[in-house]
Amino acid sequence: MHLLSLAIFVPIVAGCATLVVGSDRDAAQARWIALIGAVAGFLVTLPLYAHFDTTTAAMQFVESYEWIPRFDIHYELGVDGLSMPFILLNSFVTVLVVWAGWVVIEKRVAQYMAAFLIMSGLINGTFASLDGVLFYMFFEAMLIPMYLIIGIWGGPNRVYAAIKFFLYTLLGSLLMLVALIYLYNASQSFAILDWHKLPLAMSTQILLFVAFFMAFAVKVPMWPVHTWLPDAHVEAPTGGSVVLAAITLKLGAYGFVRFILPIVPDASHYLAPFVITLSLVAVVYIGLVALVQADMKKLIAYSSISHMGFVTLGFFLFSTLGTEGALVQMISHGFVSAAMFLCVGVLYDRMHSRLIADYGGVVNTMPVFAAFAMLFAMANSGLPATSGFVGEFMVILAAVKANFWLGFLAATTLILGAAYTLWMYKRVMFGAVANANVAALKDLSKREFWLLAVLAVAVLAMGLYPKPFIDVMHVSVENLLAHVAQSKL
Amino acid sequence: MNFHADVATALPEIILLAAACFILVVDLFIDESRRHVSYWLTQLTLVVTACAVLGGVREEPVTAFHGMIIDDNMADLLKLVAIVAVALMLVYGRQYFVARGLFKAETFVLTLFALLGMMVMIGSASFLTLYLGLELQSLSLYAMVAMWRDRPQPAEAAMKYFVLGALASGMLLYGMSMIYGATGSLMLDRVAEASLTVGPQARLLLVFGLVFVVSGIGFKLGVAPYHMWVPDVYEGAPTPITLLIGTAPKLAAFAFALRILPGSLKGVELDWQSMLVVLSVLSMVLGNVIAIAQTNIKRMLAYSTIANMGYMLMGFLTAERGGYSAAMFYAISYVLTSVASFGVVLLLSRRGFECDTLDDFKGLNQRSPWWAFIMLVVMFSLAGLPPTIGFIAKFSVIEAAVNQGFIWLAVVSVVTSLVGAFYYLRVVKLMYFDAPVGEGPIEARGDARVLLSVNGLLLLLLGVFPQPLVGLCAIALTQSHF
Repeated sequence: MHLLSLAIFVPIVAGCATLVVGSDRDAAQARWIALIGAVAGFLVTLPLYAHFDTTTAAMQFVESYEWIPRFDIHYELGVDGLSMPFILLNSFVTVLVVWAGWVVIEKRVAQYMAAFLIMSGLINGTFASLDGVLFYMFFEAMLIPMYLIIGIWGGPNRVYAAIKFFLYTLLGSLLMLVALIYLYNASQSFAILDWHKLPLAMSTQILLFVAFFMAFAVKVPMWPVHTWLPDAHVEAPTGGSVVLAAITLKLGAYGFVRFILPIVPDASHYLAPFVITLSLVAVVYIGLVALVQADMKKLIAYSSISHMGFVTLGFFLFSTLGTEGALVQMISHGFVSAAMFLCVGVLYDRMHSRLIADYGGVVNTMPVFAAFAMLFAMANSGLPATSGFVGEFMVILAAVKANFWLGFLAATTLILGAAYTLWMYKRVMFGAVANANVAALKDLSKREFWLLAVLAVAVLAMGLYPKPFIDVMHVSVENLLAHVAQSKL
Repeated sequence: MNFHADVATALPEIILLAAACFILVVDLFIDESRRHVSYWLTQLTLVVTACAVLGGVREEPVTAFHGMIIDDNMADLLKLVAIVAVALMLVYGRQYFVARGLFKAETFVLTLFALLGMMVMIGSASFLTLYLGLELQSLSLYAMVAMWRDRPQPAEAAMKYFVLGALASGMLLYGMSMIYGATGSLMLDRVAEASLTVGPQARLLLVFGLVFVVSGIGFKLGVAPYHMWVPDVYEGAPTPITLLIGTAPKLAAFAFALRILPGSLKGVELDWQSMLVVLSVLSMVLGNVIAIAQTNIKRMLAYSTIANMGYMLMGFLTAERGGYSAAMFYAISYVLTSVASFGVVLLLSRRGFECDTLDDFKGLNQRSPWWAFIMLVVMFSLAGLPPTIGFIAKFSVIEAAVNQGFIWLAVVSVVTSLVGAFYYLRVVKLMYFDAPVGEGPIEARGDARVLLSVNGLLLLLLGVFPQPLVGLCAIALTQSHF
């Protein structure tokens, strides 16, 4: 049972098959192969959840083979409660993305589908790796398909956005490479779990913290290294934005719990005020920035940064509630941001404009769509009974426990989030029909309906009954916090 | 040590020399339309030489001809890769040669002589043979750059190459004479012994000679600040010759450096180590930064070579076996990648059309997705991104540097490779994001297509399963006592 290997290589092989078989003339063939590959990729991850043992914090579904003996590098995979949910989330989102690009993408369909499938496999690999170099290889290789997706199928300013995205992310991860090699030299092992036990001096811990922080803060992204994200989101095709927001941002946050907190716990405690400050700046300041955006995709991009600020805030409160809240927020944001970008995609496909000013009164012509969009907008602003509420509420509670003013500042997101999301919703959806283009809009097609319906169910289910998600991660979080509480000096 | 054993040790070189002379004569009796006979004879020679090298792999290093040449596993491995690179050059360049009237015996024979020079360098155990090999290689290459007489650029490039090359050779020779003066021998092993025990006076002389030797090595590797010839020669030479200059001689220069520096000047290790640190940092910074400003693909690849040799030196300067094997792996992987990069450039060149500006790559993905993909792999390999061999190579040298405490150097190298990533990405951008300018068909012979595809996929394959080659480098260096 090589479930994790399957989760990685089923999409990659399907992607290669799409490239080989699908040609530009026969796009339908490429689409079907890609869809079958994506669904198969999702199905092989389901047993991960079904057979997951929620009573242990140890790695599960472990596979380990010697890979490059010269450097003692292993092909070592395994998941715990911190990583398993994201493999499922990623495989699920991949299906949606392939489906969402079904008729929208017309040029070079095979390459488009293949890029997403290959990237999906690489992302699963990143979450499942227990070896530093293996992790790094997946983490970096993922940039290549994303670079191509933004650059080939993106908007008018796509080249700038693609290169900016690539170089920004590369800068962080190259420093991480040096840190990984340093840890190998200190421990004679590339196994991440060995590094968790490695004693390190404070000065070393701080340097390592900086190197890892560069890599993951760019990916999350945290203020002030977030500027690549709005550009990348605006220019990327809908599918690209969905994967970026729903999955790759989570990789950065995942890096915090897999690398930074357990490997350099003392530096993490020492620098926690710094990270918390950055997180709060993201929550408040970026929230305000989102308020004034004229472009819908940009607005959602800034709202993503603001929401991810909650995640990093939750991690650095060092409490069960905060960490679990952050993880729940990550999953919820995966659903909600995917849905928000798909909604913008629905409008963009019809009007070829993302500017809020070009819309108005859409509810009159697209009532079904408006209903879905309402639900997702509410979830994005953290309304109770939607998934967005659960994580935010847990983090705010944890923040208030730590310090009232911290909680107070964090809680402003509930106001700001509601303000920018609902104000955008009002301007786009309500009012009189703004122009002839809006009057000519057609409501959701069957494909779009089901796409959004699936996400709506996910958002509501998670909001009403988050227990399954929390159960999966609870033991791992407790273990992580117990580990982080111990000094390594 | 009897004569038969000596001949057996030098068998690959002897075969190569005999065959080169044979081809030179045979070609006189072949008319223009049957020139391919010489071509295939050349390829056959390469295959036989490679077999001879493989057949001569030994358990322990063997010296021959009174200790002038040595045959160890490191030499065998480097010779094999050099032969493969030369053979690929001929395959990829065949069409280019034919279209430009360079498809003649002189090209083949000079190629073989250049290869012979490299093999002598790789397998020499004395300063004398090292120098002989170096000169044989360099003179053949000068002539090859100049061979395309109808154009002014090749002549100019050849002139630059010759003048600067001769200067470097002179410096090298001068340095060698100092070392001889200090240690009293030209044999590398005896110099090594003497260098550990020399008195302060002789040591000064030794270091003085070392400066010149390192300069000569720097020139042959093409690292800053001895890099001035690289971009001009790369640009001016006919593309297959550029491919030749940019690949196999780097392996020879690597062996040259390895034989001289750790092989014979162990006693002044700290001195050459600090010199190489300067060369390495300068090359990484200068190569990567200036490459950004290039619009000519050959010049861009030239600066990329400079930068890559800087990374290679970073492994080398750690002065321990792990670092040497990392550097060797780097050199080999660089050669494999570089051959493929020029292979694609050659593929896009046609009769009367030189593919030499970056813009010629525009929209390649629409003209031919497969070759765009191969070039994509090549570019990411040069940039050192996983899952290509270039990543493993960079990883190895950074590991070696960190292992020896050169953390600041590792940081410099990753920052410069970020700069480098920009111009490699730009090529990918041109191929994938831009619309094609010319709709010229891509015409290439079947064998070139197949080999180039294999070459490109090998970069991926060795990136995912690097252990065979990494292990081979480590074993070879252990057996060769470095």
